[in-house]
Order: sequence, then structure tokens, then C-alpha cells
Amino acid sequence: MDSLHAAAAKSLAMRTRLHPAEIAFWLCAVASYFLLPGKHLILSEIAIMALFALSVDLLLGYAGIVSLGHAAFFGVGAYVAGLLGKYGYGEPVLGLVVGGFGAAVFGFATSFLVLRGTDLTRLMVTLGVALVFYEIANKAGFTGGADGLQGVMMGPVIGLFEFDIFGHVAYAYSLIVLFVMIMAARRIVGSPFGLSLVAIKGNPLRARAVGVPVNARLVGVYTLAAFYAGVAGALLAQTQAFVSLDVLAFHRSADGLLVLLIGGAGYLYGGVIGAVIFKLMQDQIAALTPQYWQFWIGLFLVALVIIGRDRLIAGPAALLNLLRRRS
Amino acid sequence: MLTILFDGVAYGMLLFVIACGLAITLGLMNFVNLAHGAFAMAGGYVAVVLANRYGVPFLLCLPLAFIASALIGLLLERTLYVRVYGKSHLDQVLFTIGLVFMSVAAVDYVMGSQQQFINLPEWLRGRIDIMGVGVGRYRLLIIVICGALTILLQSILSRSSFGAKLRASVDDARVARGLGIPVDRIFAITFAVGSGLAGLGGALGAEILGLDPTFPLKFMIYFLIVVTVGGTSGVTGPLVAALLLGVADVAGKYYVPQIGSFVIYTIMIVVLILRPQGLFARAR
Repeated sequence: MDSLHAAAAKSLAMRTRLHPAEIAFWLCAVASYFLLPGKHLILSEIAIMALFALSVDLLLGYAGIVSLGHAAFFGVGAYVAGLLGKYGYGEPVLGLVVGGFGAAVFGFATSFLVLRGTDLTRLMVTLGVALVFYEIANKAGFTGGADGLQGVMMGPVIGLFEFDIFGHVAYAYSLIVLFVMIMAARRIVGSPFGLSLVAIKGNPLRARAVGVPVNARLVGVYTLAAFYAGVAGALLAQTQAFVSLDVLAFHRSADGLLVLLIGGAGYLYGGVIGAVIFKLMQDQIAALTPQYWQFWIGLFLVALVIIGRDRLIAGPAALLNLLRRRS
Repeated sequence: MLTILFDGVAYGMLLFVIACGLAITLGLMNFVNLAHGAFAMAGGYVAVVLANRYGVPFLLCLPLAFIASALIGLLLERTLYVRVYGKSHLDQVLFTIGLVFMSVAAVDYVMGSQQQFINLPEWLRGRIDIMGVGVGRYRLLIIVICGALTILLQSILSRSSFGAKLRASVDDARVARGLGIPVDRIFAITFAVGSGLAGLGGALGAEILGLDPTFPLKFMIYFLIVVTVGGTSGVTGPLVAALLLGVADVAGKYYVPQIGSFVIYTIMIVVLILRPQGLFARAR
């Protein structure tokens, strides 16, 4: 029995150990700060999108919950951070934490809605919740409605680094936040909590039968994902010093899903890879036809499904597996 | 008060005609078709172009809008949808969102992003007075057409041999195939008719719902609410749900404009929590 425990502990430890490929990835990310100083604005957008996709990954890739309204939490985080900045509490790190917790509160409150019913009901309920949030932001006075939240003033990061118009500080800040959040996420998904999520995704009935408290775990992961989305939203509000209704729009939820699926769900870095590909693609296509960029996203989505997601993401996933087995 | 009720009923009838195709694909065939509104938009634009640019009589535009959307539906069903039937809900969602994005951008490209207005003939404008209630002529026409369609649909589904075959195919496609029912063809026809009805509804609704390239996104939630709240036991559930929704929406926007649009979302969320299968679903 003891040897079984030891083996289980060892295999768990294996899962959470930092992989050489990950170290290489982060070295590249740090190098990009020094090698591409002219691209820092778009790079920080990529980092924020990656963080949002990471949050979708926790829900979809690990717990198997399909949400069409994840932008709701992104938007809450953005508005909380924006409002803090507007009313004189412009310390970025504090704003991130408060934004994240604000979103987590709403995530927890609405998580009970997704427990009932099948995929289809979940889709509808998450979509409905996001629409309600959108309407609130549209109608409420304190959000600035359709004009957006004006006059957001951000202080320097930890009192030292002032945001600049080239996005140098913004990128470094976003990258560090992304790093911290991914490191935390890999601890979480490697923990018994994370493993039980995978079990629930595989077969909720059996998971319940072996003693996993399914509903509590789903509430937990939903709240956690809302926290992540809230931090991503707060990051956007701080680096852009502006919040518009766009943070709650339906297409943001759709983009989050799309980015994750381009990169592949269920291994944390999928969102990052997807965000890089997505933004580069957007940059290229938008340069050709700025107004009709949506058409090409649509075409991409249709092709993604018809050709088969598995085949498109099989490449990176197989590579990762190969590396994992080697080590 | 009664006028609001009347307007609400007309609105609900429209929603029902557009959504009933979705009720069949989503409810019976278990396919999440978020792009259903795109077919309604197609019908709307066909009618607008025919009526405004070519001067086709309004009443003739309606069947033409039906046929055009049905043909588009049939074409897409045979080429694309049929490959996605068996896939997961996530795939279906992605696929149909993709179609929505494409249709929005394509219509924007061809027709421009401004709102379209359809030229109604003189005899459809204005209101008539029936026992003290101001009744819009156009809304009366909508109620008459949609009411007739509802009765027709209900009788086809429950009385005709086509309806019987459809119900059999939906309940158990394998056994139905074994009995020699051409399941694929029945699904294709059903899909085409559903798309055609959406197109007809879009053409009729251009005046009331408004018509611009964002139509499929703007009304997606409404159609989905009709179906999910109504459940899928035939067409009665969605009909009742659509009428409720129509009246609640019109009344909400009239009496409490500040919170008007929350009303329907809240109704949907509450209903789905209490009855995930919808209000009028069969017990399974």
C-alpha cells in the first residue's frame, strides 16, 4: 500500500515538474521583450488574450464545461479595475487582485446556474448571463454606457514603473502576470482538485461513484476560471486605460473559445499558442481587409470543424506528448 | 393596454415562425444551430431587394423569400451541416458561430451596414379601429399569416405521413432507416423548410424587428429562448413560449424601458434552472 502511495505521489510530482520545453518557451517570451521593442503593444494584447484563453481552458479543457458567456467575467474584471483607476485607486497590482476577486464573486454566484442540465442548457444559461451583464453595463450610469469608461488613470506598477505609450511597461507587466498565472494554474491542474476535474470531464457519473463531489468541484473551477478571466480583463483595462462595452461582447467569448481551440485545449499553453497565431493572423488579414476580418474568422471556424479540430491540433499535442514521454 | 397585447402577439407570432425551424433542428435533431437567424436575415434581404429595387409586389416577395432561404438552407445542409450532425455540441456551436460571422460580414460587404426599410404597400399602413382597440394593419396581416402557418405546421407534423416519418426518424434514426424511411432526405427537407420559414419570418419581420447585417447576432438569443423555454414536444411549446416572450418583451419595453431587455433573459434563466428540458417538454 505504501509503495502505491509513493508511486502516486511520484507521478503527481512528475506532472507538476517544469518541463524543458516550458523553460524554453519562457526564455523566448523574455527574449521577445528585448528583441521586438517595436511590437510591445500587440505583444501585450497577445498576453492578455492568452490569459483569457487560459481561463477558458480551465473550464473547457479540464472540466469540459462549454461556456458561451465567459466574456461576462472578463468584463467584470475590466470594469472593476477601470473604476478603481477612475476613482483614484490606480495601483495596478491591487487593481488586478480586486478585479479578479470581483469577477470570482460573480462567477461563484452564477456557477450554480451551470450545474443543472446538459451542454445545451449550459450554453444557453452562460450566454444569457453574459447578455444580462452586457445590458447592465449598457444601461448603468457608472459604466459610462455605450461611450465607455472615460478618465481611467493608472498609477505606476508597484510604485516604480510608469505606463508609457509604447507599451514597454505594459508588455513586461502583462508577461509577468501571465507567467504567474500559468505557474499557479499548473499547480492547480496537477493537484488532486485538477485531477478530479479531468475525471468529471471524462465521465461525471463514474466520478461521482468514486466519491468526487462533482457539483462542488464544478462550482470551484467555474469560480476559478472567472477569477482568471477577471484578471485578464483588469489587465486590459489597465494597459489601455479605457474600458468599453466591447469587453462584454459576445464575440469576445467566441474569440476566447476559438483561440483556445487553435492552440489546443487541455494543456495550459494552448491558449498562449492560439493567441499568438490568432493575433498574427488578425494582423495580416486586417491589413488586407480591415472591415471584413470577421468573415475570415468565420471561415476559419467552419473549416476548423469540417476538417476536424483533432487533426489541426494533433501536431502540437503529439509533439508535447513526445517530449513528455522522453523526460 | 390591449394594443400592447396585440402588438406583443404579432411580435411573438413572428418569433415563432422564425424559430420553429430551429425548434426542429435543435429540439428534435439535437443540433445546435446558432446560425438560424442568418436564414431569417437572408429572407429579409431577398424581400427588401425585390420590393425596393425591382418593385415586386409585397405579397409576392414573401413566398420568394421563403423559396430563396429554403434553397440556401438545402444547399448548406447537403454540403456542410450534414458533416456536423454527429459531432459534439462544442463543434456544432463553433461551426454555426462561424457561419454567423461569415454571413454578417458578407451581407455588410454586399448591402452595406445601414438598416434596411421595406416599402410597404399603402393598404398595409396605418391602423384600423376594432371595438376601440387600435390594430395595426400590418400586424394583423402578420397574425393571420403566422396563425395559418402554425395550424398548417401542426397538422403536417401530427397528421401527415411525412410528419410520422419525421417523428420516427428523430426518435430512432437507425430503426427508421431499417423500415425503409429515407432519413437523410427527410432531414434535408425539414431543414430546408425550417430555413424557408425563417426566411419568410425575416421578410415579414423586416418592418418590425429591423434588418441590418447584425440581425443574426442580435436575435440569436430570442430564437434560442423560444426553443429552450418552449421545449420540443412538437410546435405547441415553442408557440406558447414565443407568444409569452413577444408579449413580455413589448410590455416590458413599454412599461419599464430601463429594465425592458432584462425581463426576457431573466425569464429564460429561471425557466432553464427550474425545468432544464423546457416548459412543455415531454417527460423522458
